[in-house]
Amino acid sequence: MASLFALVDCNSFYASCERVFRPDLQSRPVVVLSNNDGCIIARSAEAKALGIPMGAPYFKHRNMLRRNGVAVFSSNYALYGDLSARVMNVLGRFSPRMEVYSIDEAFLELSGMPGGAERHARRLRATVLRWTGIPVSVGLGSTRTLAKIANRFAKQQERCRGVFDLDNSLRPELVLNSMPVRDIWGIGRRHARRLEAHGVHTALDFRNMDRNWVKRRMGVTGLHTLLELRGISCFGWERNPGMRKSILSSRSFGRPVECFAQMREAVACHAERVAEKLRRQGSVASGVTVFVETNRFAPGLPQYANSGFAAVHPATLHTPTVLGAALSLLERLFREGYQYKKCGVMLSGLEQEQGRWLSLLDPVPGDHCEQSRLMRAVDGINERWGRDTVRFAASGLERVWTMRQDMRSPRYTSAWAELPVVRAG
Amino acid sequence: MMLFFAGCGLAPKATRPIREPVLCNLVGSCVAAGFPSPADDYMERPLDLNEHLVQRPESTYFVRVTGDSMIEAGIHDGDLLVVDRSRTPVAGDVVIACVDGEFLVKRLARSAEGQVVLLPENSGYAPLAVPPEADFSLWGVAVHVIHSL
Repeated sequence: MASLFALVDCNSFYASCERVFRPDLQSRPVVVLSNNDGCIIARSAEAKALGIPMGAPYFKHRNMLRRNGVAVFSSNYALYGDLSARVMNVLGRFSPRMEVYSIDEAFLELSGMPGGAERHARRLRATVLRWTGIPVSVGLGSTRTLAKIANRFAKQQERCRGVFDLDNSLRPELVLNSMPVRDIWGIGRRHARRLEAHGVHTALDFRNMDRNWVKRRMGVTGLHTLLELRGISCFGWERNPGMRKSILSSRSFGRPVECFAQMREAVACHAERVAEKLRRQGSVASGVTVFVETNRFAPGLPQYANSGFAAVHPATLHTPTVLGAALSLLERLFREGYQYKKCGVMLSGLEQEQGRWLSLLDPVPGDHCEQSRLMRAVDGINERWGRDTVRFAASGLERVWTMRQDMRSPRYTSAWAELPVVRAG
Repeated sequence: MMLFFAGCGLAPKATRPIREPVLCNLVGSCVAAGFPSPADDYMERPLDLNEHLVQRPESTYFVRVTGDSMIEAGIHDGDLLVVDRSRTPVAGDVVIACVDGEFLVKRLARSAEGQVVLLPENSGYAPLAVPPEADFSLWGVAVHVIHSL
């Protein structure tokens, strides 16, 4: 049977998360700020209607937001992560095949659903809203690219009530024609500009182009997008969507960091986090990269950015090993006299912990067993009793460099002390 | 010749290189000596309160109670409520209602005229008839109360 893809996308996800436990915000505009309260990274529909642009610097719009009674939040990833997992778990009940695409999007296989795909999608949407409090939109199409377009249409058109099936649409051309070419999934800004210069403005224009031209100018990715628009599925279900090639922990500082001691803490903290992520996906890593940088957008200040790599042999999942490598890299990278804005630690050369190659010449797998058990115990404690219950002293106790989050909402679902309050009065 | 001891992690001292060749256990598993435990065949998972309290983790939230209007239903100030949003609220349920932007915990009822009424469980409080024009919704159904003694 032909595939039918559903793209389920949470509406203004971060803003919707803030509303689940704040019913008073239901019809008020809501925005969420990036790390360090720098930019606006999420807007409710009401906030969009006010003309607040995505990515706008917060300080520039502060007065305007206040005048319009917009509720402003620092990002609360503990909350968003929990609600995302709930949404994905509910979605999993509605399809035998699902691929989580991002924190707020998932593709589902919906062919052959009893009662028809659209009805199934409507039930799915109602269930997610009822169970988790998060509104979603569903787009249906015979390829992923068409499902994406259908989803966008469902969001824009009030009369769709959150679900649109492009595959069963009477006039699919009209829908494709309403979609600007630069908004097609998989078409980058550079190609979009070129296409527009060539007189191709909408998805329909693009679909009708000559495939050889597209292949020559835009490569095989462009060709795939073209074919997907014609209903020929090129991006099927990944056979092994699992493992990433590298993982990263990095973040901007709340305030500029100048001294080595603070930088050392920050790098240690990222090393700890990234090693934890590594273990969570059951991998070991054989390379550690550390990078530091000053604020590129602060003209007049001396600028410096650098990174360093160290190989780790044998591949490891042991935080102290990663930590040691990262800190000695930092000693080589760090220069006095700069105001640093950001640092990070990346692990690369990932392999599955189970089933990796052992070499007779490698020192002692016994060490690995023991390290693995120790780290599992640490992770277990932190999972059970909360992040940072057990941590490495190198990552600091005060952490003056941490994020600025002056307007973060409570962690309603992950901290006992911050649960929502209901009044019996 | 030098060999590394590839043990099972139970012998930390022996992980340094030693001069004599030793037999290695290359499979990283441990073989325990001694009598097998007679309880081994009867191992079961310990009881997990989550299983008892949480039917659907996706739709279950915990909330904290403030106030004493539900005290006769066994819900005290400071108690935890386990709330399931997947339950369809029916009359008689203890519900989390949202009235004019505030969360209230009350027992759900309907008046003879079909109006929603939120009942307290404390004679010191009056029932709250929800006027049709009020900003009102039902957020979830409370399914357990957790009260510390």
